Amino acid sequence: MGFELFGLPMIYYIAMIVKVLVVFVFVLLTVAYATYAERKIIGHMQVRLGPMRTGWHGLLQPIADGIKLFFKEEIVPSQSDKFAFLLAPIIALIPAFIGFAVIPFGDTIEVMGYKIPLQIAAFYDTAAGKVVDLNVGVLYILALASVGVYGIVLAGWASNSKYSLLGGLRSSAQMISYELAAGLAIISVFMMSESLSLQKIVADQAGFGWYAFKQPLAFILFFICSIAEINRTPFDLPEAETELVSGFCTEYSSMKYAMFFMAEYANMVTVCAVTTTLFLGGWHGPGFLPGWVWFIAKVYFLIFVCMWIRATYPRYRYDQLMRLGWKVFLPLTLLNIVVTGLIAR
Amino acid sequence: MLGAYLPIIFLVVIAAVFGFASLCFSSLIGQKKPSEVKLAPYECGCEPVGSARERFSVKFYIIAMLFILFDIEAVFLYPWAIIYKKLGMFGVMEMAVFIVILFVGYIYVWKKGALEWE
Repeated sequence: MGFELFGLPMIYYIAMIVKVLVVFVFVLLTVAYATYAERKIIGHMQVRLGPMRTGWHGLLQPIADGIKLFFKEEIVPSQSDKFAFLLAPIIALIPAFIGFAVIPFGDTIEVMGYKIPLQIAAFYDTAAGKVVDLNVGVLYILALASVGVYGIVLAGWASNSKYSLLGGLRSSAQMISYELAAGLAIISVFMMSESLSLQKIVADQAGFGWYAFKQPLAFILFFICSIAEINRTPFDLPEAETELVSGFCTEYSSMKYAMFFMAEYANMVTVCAVTTTLFLGGWHGPGFLPGWVWFIAKVYFLIFVCMWIRATYPRYRYDQLMRLGWKVFLPLTLLNIVVTGLIAR
Repeated sequence: MLGAYLPIIFLVVIAAVFGFASLCFSSLIGQKKPSEVKLAPYECGCEPVGSARERFSVKFYIIAMLFILFDIEAVFLYPWAIIYKKLGMFGVMEMAVFIVILFVGYIYVWKKGALEWE
């Protein structure tokens, strides 16, 4: 293959750049159209039409919203900590968009005799003859979820507004509580797959051996905890409009607000992708469609479920939320680990 | 292993560039008409009373501490979960004892009322 850098052929770098750009644009577009889908789906569920004016059935609405937000006035409150105030949206945005790196979204494809796994953080080791991916893939995702909390705490604190501070505190307490339960819920999956590498976990689920069937409790707990962790209804306490105005992003405007918004939706896409990978067999599916089509279909279905839940359930109260996380989910996850340990050997 | 980490670094760079660029672009083209009232912290249209940098409920602090304790437990469980089939019954029993000890602590925290929010 001629030219090499760090012992990797040139085509590896080309494949890397193409994969990263394609996935980044895909997540960005999904985020944009998830906002549209959410308004449309909830609209129809409430017997309304949702956006109709911009383009055919409002299809250009996300683009119009984006352009509008670019032109909005940027307000930095006089009492705020300016540097932290500007930094917070970026700290929230980056982890939300890079979580996708470890998720395998398809089978290995072959381009010019070089095999390329459809996963960003992976490559085909020609000498060993197998796909090498990040062997701590799941830890990477959990770590990013923790980093995301910093952006929200920082936003709440730096704004120097009472609503922001309370929203930021509530949000961070909620996120770390459910992060714990989510992190414990997926341990039973690793006990069965004996690996943290997502390639291996997906490979184990070939032929409908989905972990959602083998670990139904872990699947349900993880999905609910994830919804709570990304602050979506019925756990959208940080943005409880009726009591906290807009929570941690009360003082934010224009693109800085949009970045929190994008981070929230990107987190939703990532969480749905992780759930698909860990429990719903990843890109595996009946052979008449390529793997990545199945992957996208499963992820979009889970996103639809998130919206469906939002349209169906009212918001939790804060004490109920903390009780559910600490007094119900935490013991259940520990119980699930012990039972799996005794049965699945 | 470098081959698996390089793309992540590249993705971080792309995400950071996207974030900074859209922030700069919007602050360049957005209108700017600041006024004293506009830059004051939002308090439902009333004049802000006092500072936001005040004391808040100690509950949040307790939750943060409990999170660290139980998260360390989770960290111990991860490597165990990977090799527990190799460890056999010995590994299961060891981890059962570990979880039971932690569960005693958890019950203590519950009975002390650290998880109450009313």
